[in-house]
Amino acid sequence: MAEEKIGVYICHCGTNIAGTVDVEEVTRWAAEQPNVAIAREYKYMCSDPGQDLIKQDIKENGITRAVVAACSPTMHEPTFRKAAGDGGLNPYLLQMANIREHCSWVTIDHDAATEKAKRILGAQIHRLPLNVPLQPIEVPVNPNVMVVGGGIAGIEAALKLAATGKKVYLVERDPSIGGHMAMFDKTFPTLDCAACILTPKMSAAGKEPNIEMLAYSEVTQVDGYVGNFKVKVKKKARFIDTDKCTGCALCTEACVVRKVPSEFDMGLSKRAAAYIPFPQAVPLRATIDPTRCLTLTGKKCKQPCVAACGPEAIDFEQKDEELELEVGAIIMATGFQLWDPTPETRYSYGKLDNVISSLEFERISNASGPTGGHIVCKNGEAPKSVAILHCVGSRDDNHQEFCSRVCCMYSLKFAHLIKEHLPETEVYECYIDMRTYGKGYEEFYKRLMNESVHFIRGRAAEVSAVALSPEEQGELVVKVEDTLLGITRRLPVDMVILSSGLAPRADAKATSQIFGFGCSSNGFFLERHPKLEPVSTVTDGIFIAGCCQYPKDIPDTVAQAGAAAAGALALVDNATVKVEPTISYIDPEKCSGCHICVGLCPHAAIQYNAEKDAAEVIEAACKGCGVCVAACGSGVPQQRGYLDEQIFAEIEGALVV
Amino acid sequence: MTAASEKESRVSDQFEPRLIGFLCRWCSYNGADLAGTSRMKYPPNLVPIKTNCSGRVDPTHIMKALAEGADGVLIAGCHPGDCHYINGNYRTAGRFPLMHKLLEQLGLEPGRVRLEWVSAAEGDKFARVVTEFTEEIRALGPLGWRTQTDVDPAKPGTAASDRVEEAVPA
Amino acid sequence: MKYLYFPGCSAEATGKAYDISTRAMMEKLGVELVELDDWNCCGATSYFSVRELDSFAIAARNLAIAQEMGDDEVCVICNACYTTLAKTNRYMAEDPRIFEAVNGALGAVGRSYDGKVKVRHIVDILVNDIGLEAVTERVSRRLTGLRVAPYYGCQFSRPMGSFDDVQLPTTMDRLFEAMGADVITDFDAKTDCCGGMMMLTREDAALRLCHELLTAARQYKADVLVAACPLCEMNLEGYQPRVNKTYGTDFNIPVMYFTQLAGLALGADPKQLAMEKQVVSCDPVLAAIPA
Repeated sequence: MAEEKIGVYICHCGTNIAGTVDVEEVTRWAAEQPNVAIAREYKYMCSDPGQDLIKQDIKENGITRAVVAACSPTMHEPTFRKAAGDGGLNPYLLQMANIREHCSWVTIDHDAATEKAKRILGAQIHRLPLNVPLQPIEVPVNPNVMVVGGGIAGIEAALKLAATGKKVYLVERDPSIGGHMAMFDKTFPTLDCAACILTPKMSAAGKEPNIEMLAYSEVTQVDGYVGNFKVKVKKKARFIDTDKCTGCALCTEACVVRKVPSEFDMGLSKRAAAYIPFPQAVPLRATIDPTRCLTLTGKKCKQPCVAACGPEAIDFEQKDEELELEVGAIIMATGFQLWDPTPETRYSYGKLDNVISSLEFERISNASGPTGGHIVCKNGEAPKSVAILHCVGSRDDNHQEFCSRVCCMYSLKFAHLIKEHLPETEVYECYIDMRTYGKGYEEFYKRLMNESVHFIRGRAAEVSAVALSPEEQGELVVKVEDTLLGITRRLPVDMVILSSGLAPRADAKATSQIFGFGCSSNGFFLERHPKLEPVSTVTDGIFIAGCCQYPKDIPDTVAQAGAAAAGALALVDNATVKVEPTISYIDPEKCSGCHICVGLCPHAAIQYNAEKDAAEVIEAACKGCGVCVAACGSGVPQQRGYLDEQIFAEIEGALVV
Repeated sequence: MTAASEKESRVSDQFEPRLIGFLCRWCSYNGADLAGTSRMKYPPNLVPIKTNCSGRVDPTHIMKALAEGADGVLIAGCHPGDCHYINGNYRTAGRFPLMHKLLEQLGLEPGRVRLEWVSAAEGDKFARVVTEFTEEIRALGPLGWRTQTDVDPAKPGTAASDRVEEAVPA
Repeated sequence: MKYLYFPGCSAEATGKAYDISTRAMMEKLGVELVELDDWNCCGATSYFSVRELDSFAIAARNLAIAQEMGDDEVCVICNACYTTLAKTNRYMAEDPRIFEAVNGALGAVGRSYDGKVKVRHIVDILVNDIGLEAVTERVSRRLTGLRVAPYYGCQFSRPMGSFDDVQLPTTMDRLFEAMGADVITDFDAKTDCCGGMMMLTREDAALRLCHELLTAARQYKADVLVAACPLCEMNLEGYQPRVNKTYGTDFNIPVMYFTQLAGLALGADPKQLAMEKQVVSCDPVLAAIPA
């Protein structure tokens, strides 16, 4: 091969790099390196003029390789590779040297940073002559999309996609879609009734022909890659033939097992073993709980449900169904769980009566809830005083460090609802800060200030039943430091509402592992970039939306769901998608057919070809991990783009400086 | 010694370790990026080399790094269960103790080659690991395995470039 | 079993009953206590709050002596001493400057300390080293029917929580359950502060805190409060009449060092446990325990 001519481009990135790394020195040094024909520095390589520098050098100065020393390739490798391609150079003949995230941003001493930049760049300069042109692989894209989670985020994403003509599988673990929003009474700041604004969307999703509703179902396995996911879904047996069931609910009334704590009512009421979670359920079908039903747990039962069912929909022999679905993109919208206040032992949740969680209060204030919408204590009497404690489990080194964003607003909402139902009741809000940042939120806060609610700036220290004075006898006593008045106060109240934060679901980590993306340190699903890519994950084709990404209110959830739908649409609306060609190659002449790599491949992408007595790579399935390359004792498999020689060259270049 | 490293040792009496870090593209490379985005500071002694998966890292890569003058090698991959390629990191975990044994037989102190799991969200862990590793190698001192001071990059007609040409059909 | 023993200053004065009853109790358990040579005041909360570095130095002197005596553990009975000595270890370990400064000070008196002596609270030793089984075996007077409110005080498990839960410790609960007592396990005032040394500097604040604690004890119908700190015991017991006078209450709740009650359960004579030093009479407690 002819001598290569490398073009080196060193980006200042404003002062992000140039403020720490001596870019002139690095440029001067680079020009002296072997095979380097041109070395330039520029303020913003990713800009049009920056990219033009590369294109011009390809066309006019005949450079045959290029390295851009700048930010992380995760940011701009596609940008610069495209520029190279536009300039007439194979994109895989361009490498990036990360001298920002890995150098200028993390090094204090400027001299040391400059030396490190040279090493990082040197590694790529040494590697480049060994890069060979590669062609991206185009794979077909399945136009269907799967949305996992049927809360407001999932419903919104599904509806948006369905409206464009795409087929959507909406998978929901519970018997009905609706999620947490279906449990709320009113929503802030408009005080719209949650059910009123949600049920039309639920209903639309249920009727939309492009949405295949898979309620009471769970994803068990995900294989494949962008554009070509193969998903196994378990449709759990309801023991009800959903084609025959009309949702009349007579079985639920007839069922003899009547004391199952209702999940939808947060355990505040009881349901039967045959149940419909709430009257507006979509799909409106009954379900029989296999852990409580007498027949299904092997006990005797007269089965009055069967007698009550006109259409004869009950089928105790029904089995779970395993579906294998193929989709091009997946949107995760699995939501949150409420942080359980039990570990915050100072608040006596679970020990003292009338210390309740926020979701429990939602159900109490909801007209279709366990108390018919009457706000009452356990003894059935209306509370004469209520304390609402903010930041339970949030902003707390002992529990969840982060702020849960919605609790200030929902606490204010609760105060308003209590005042609306019980105008004479005293309401205390114990808060650290009032985070009412959204549209209409500050105005809502102001409104509450005029509703005779007592605002106490201080995080409550404890809730106890120890009475120090006659007024405190029989009451819950909230001890709190009022930092505005500078005194410690004791508030004797009838009811305490703990505004705890939103937590990641207990199985969020396990779920992320099934689908193949990561979680952030606080346990929520990890977005690709916190500012610019909030709804994608590092795994192409998998998107996230709603509270599974981080706590947020309904407006932001709906917005994210739309964004995720757009991201998925951008993918599946094309016939093909390009995947990286950094896949493995096995030379049949050199392979001895020992089978070691065949068993090692995580994607079952290597098969043994008996005719050739050699292993061969199934190119469409190979993801380019390189495990086979490292494993082969004879060094036969090689990974395009990551050949041993290329890695060796990088090592040499990194150490020769 | 090159001019730069001479200058280094003149400027400070402290031995500055030369470290190579193999980072997997999905977890540890992103974790290192996150350390950068969060502006965490750590010593500049480690040069990262990216592969798609830590499972790509071969004992020969580590030997090459040590032979070229590295005083220590870090391999960083995804936490078990999180590997983008399902179980590539399990291969790494399996290879590592065997390779360690080999290196011990060659007289290498065990602390010079280190395996860590760093997720894409663990920028702080990456910074901490590099800081600790740098100090540990500093305490161990230079390895001194480098055999040649002059390295020719792949010139036409060299064995390396020929192998590359024929290794992979375009 | 043998432990180096750091009694603390109160044990020589107002808290003498704690020292006496500790020694008596340990004798019943067959554990030898060897008092630390020439030990000095640890500084406790007061000095620590005012002169932190000096406080570390004088606390470390005791630990240096422990090392010179050839041991790597010291048994401490007072919550404040325990926290001060344990904090000294922790700060010396975390901050090399403090480590050097302390050793510099110790060096001036010909001593040094490497930070490695473990500071053990006596309750930790009882429950985790000696073990509840061994304790139960030696109980000759079971405390059946006695409602015991274990009062840990604020410095028992805070801030380090090394051997018990920071918010709701249970080691003393378990100790007295093993002795057959009816322990008030949901006594949630158990880690509330008694005011400590503020009884001398801000009596009003300390009395208020003690009033709250005694009210809680009464509400939970405690027959006796047991404490693990001379300050706590003095405030709740010695100042109980003062609380009554200030708040117009009529508290008459026996407060004992936990070692006194434990000692009784293990068969020691009340005279061996300095029971005569009690301000609030413990006769009801003695009456409830078999002879």
